[in-house]
Amino acid sequence: MRRGARGDDRQRLWADRWARRIILALSLTAIATIILIFIFIFREALPILTDPTIQQEASLRHLFHPMGGPDLASRYMWQPIALVPKYSLVPLILGTLKTTLVALLIAAPLAIAAALYTSEFAPARIREAIKPAIELLAGIPSVVLGFFALIVMATWMQQLFGFETRLNAITAGAALALALIPIIYTVSEDALNAVPHSLREASLALGATRWQTATRVVLPAASPGIFASLVLGFGRAVGETMIVLMASGNAAITSWRFTDSVRTLAATIAAELGEVVFGSPHYHVLFFIGALLFVVTFIVNSVGIYIIHRVQHRLRGGL
Amino acid sequence: MSTEPRAAMPTSSLIVPRRVLLWERVREQVPIGLLAIASALIVAMLGIILGNIAWNGAGQITMEFLTTAPRAGMTEGGIFPAIFGTVALVLLMTIAAVPIGVATAVYLREFVPGSNLAYAWARARAARSWRERLREGKHVLEILLAQATRAAVNNLAGVPSIVFGLFGLGFFVRFVGGGIDRVFYGGELTYGQPAIIWAALTLALLTLPVVIVSTDEALRAVPRELREASLALGATRWQTIWRIVLPEALPGILTGAILAVSRGAGEVAPVLFTGAAYFLPYLPSRLNDQFMELGYHVFILSTQSPDVEKTKPLLYGTVLVLLALTFALNLVAVLIRSRVRRRLRLRT
Repeated sequence: MRRGARGDDRQRLWADRWARRIILALSLTAIATIILIFIFIFREALPILTDPTIQQEASLRHLFHPMGGPDLASRYMWQPIALVPKYSLVPLILGTLKTTLVALLIAAPLAIAAALYTSEFAPARIREAIKPAIELLAGIPSVVLGFFALIVMATWMQQLFGFETRLNAITAGAALALALIPIIYTVSEDALNAVPHSLREASLALGATRWQTATRVVLPAASPGIFASLVLGFGRAVGETMIVLMASGNAAITSWRFTDSVRTLAATIAAELGEVVFGSPHYHVLFFIGALLFVVTFIVNSVGIYIIHRVQHRLRGGL
Repeated sequence: MSTEPRAAMPTSSLIVPRRVLLWERVREQVPIGLLAIASALIVAMLGIILGNIAWNGAGQITMEFLTTAPRAGMTEGGIFPAIFGTVALVLLMTIAAVPIGVATAVYLREFVPGSNLAYAWARARAARSWRERLREGKHVLEILLAQATRAAVNNLAGVPSIVFGLFGLGFFVRFVGGGIDRVFYGGELTYGQPAIIWAALTLALLTLPVVIVSTDEALRAVPRELREASLALGATRWQTIWRIVLPEALPGILTGAILAVSRGAGEVAPVLFTGAAYFLPYLPSRLNDQFMELGYHVFILSTQSPDVEKTKPLLYGTVLVLLALTFALNLVAVLIRSRVRRRLRLRT
């Protein structure tokens, strides 16, 4: 009887030890994935910096330096399939920044206003309606937003503003804004809710109105979190692929005009990797763009997450 | 003498002219009204998108549309292969993502002993014997690993989906698939090409953070007393997790899985190069087959169609099916999650 019990104990402890090991091994997947993404994207991007035959067509000089030409557009060109391929990333970076800027300019005021409204002013019934609506918006696949922008929104916006080209940076940015609103709203609202009630009560007790309390007490206290929401929104906008691929027109034109058609970094990968010759300069340039996107979003997200954590820490401990 | 200051106070300052009061009210209410309008605008945009798609797509949803393959260069017929491909894809994805995600959350919440790095470090420094130092050092390493894992999960959630696509092509298709071909198939192209298994695994990594975050929340909602009671009765840590904690956390885990499926079903960029096909005359039946997918089908129909006006009804129908699928999944997840959260609130 005793021996049986001891055998059972041994078996239980053995199971306990192995379960722990297996769970630890599985939980390494997240770290491993980040490291593997890093390795496999950079391995394919590296020939741009090291391989002389690739560098003849696509070195850092080709990617960033201006070529001879009369105007901006001919000095920086992205023409990977031309007889003499041109791989300037400048139009793509400019295009990405243009759509991102438009998207943030549309999404940020709306989303932050809505977050402030739901956290400070809205009656419970309205709050219970807005939050699921935004969750629903977040649940719409980006390809559906891209479809809507391409088939419906582009036509409406062209009729409204009289754009020369139907698909342009403003249309793509507006569509992109739909994807950013949920992120900016959610993070901002969390930041506003994390502001201790005692601050609001103190302000109201001193005779400030609700609007004064919201703008001069709550908003400043939550401002790092709101900044973080913009940072995370920026990261999402830079990396978003399907919406801009469908709604931006995809012409790599180097210009400062927002009504021109644009091509973004992410959309370029999506549009061209399917037909590219494996191991060609073009192939490596596309992976180089991927590495660029990975690094930028990694830094941007780390900054955003860091700010959020610090704010949480401070509000929990300090105030 | 104490009444003097009170008497000196001008009573007129307490009587505010009505005009000023009105102005105060306007200054208070107008900005709030503007905020309300901004919120209403967001809801209205959502309404317009959903309304437009439902209005134009509803007429398309027929039995034939849902059960037959596209015909006549995708201008006629249905979308059955795309529905089938999407379902198969997310099933495979779930099989990979859920165990890994749950294990990660369990590790982070159940196995990492305390999370105060400074404290653990101080204990390791204060250790007297080598054995003690080794034990405390291991402790420090475990906390570091847990923090690195949390950081990795957070960052994974922010990696652009197209980068996952590149990674899927470079790692799964070329490296793993190509490796399998070299070792088992004598270099013959079998797994070293875009296939449903590689697309599913790529998506699994993409949706991993969703599963982890939901499971973590669910584990947090399980009362500590349950664990303590189980351990006090002599159960091992693993028995406690497997028989007490995980069953309690099941609704939350389910939520994570459903949200992951909903997210995965709508993603296109990661499957562009890892297995999605423009058109296939057959359904995928093996792991290395290519497949059609709803989201990719939407992309193809809206950008590569030879006759846009003719494909438009089909396009709207496809979008409606995709949207209905993801929303239905989201709705179920939200319902389960609200129940979990209610329990979390009751506890605290």
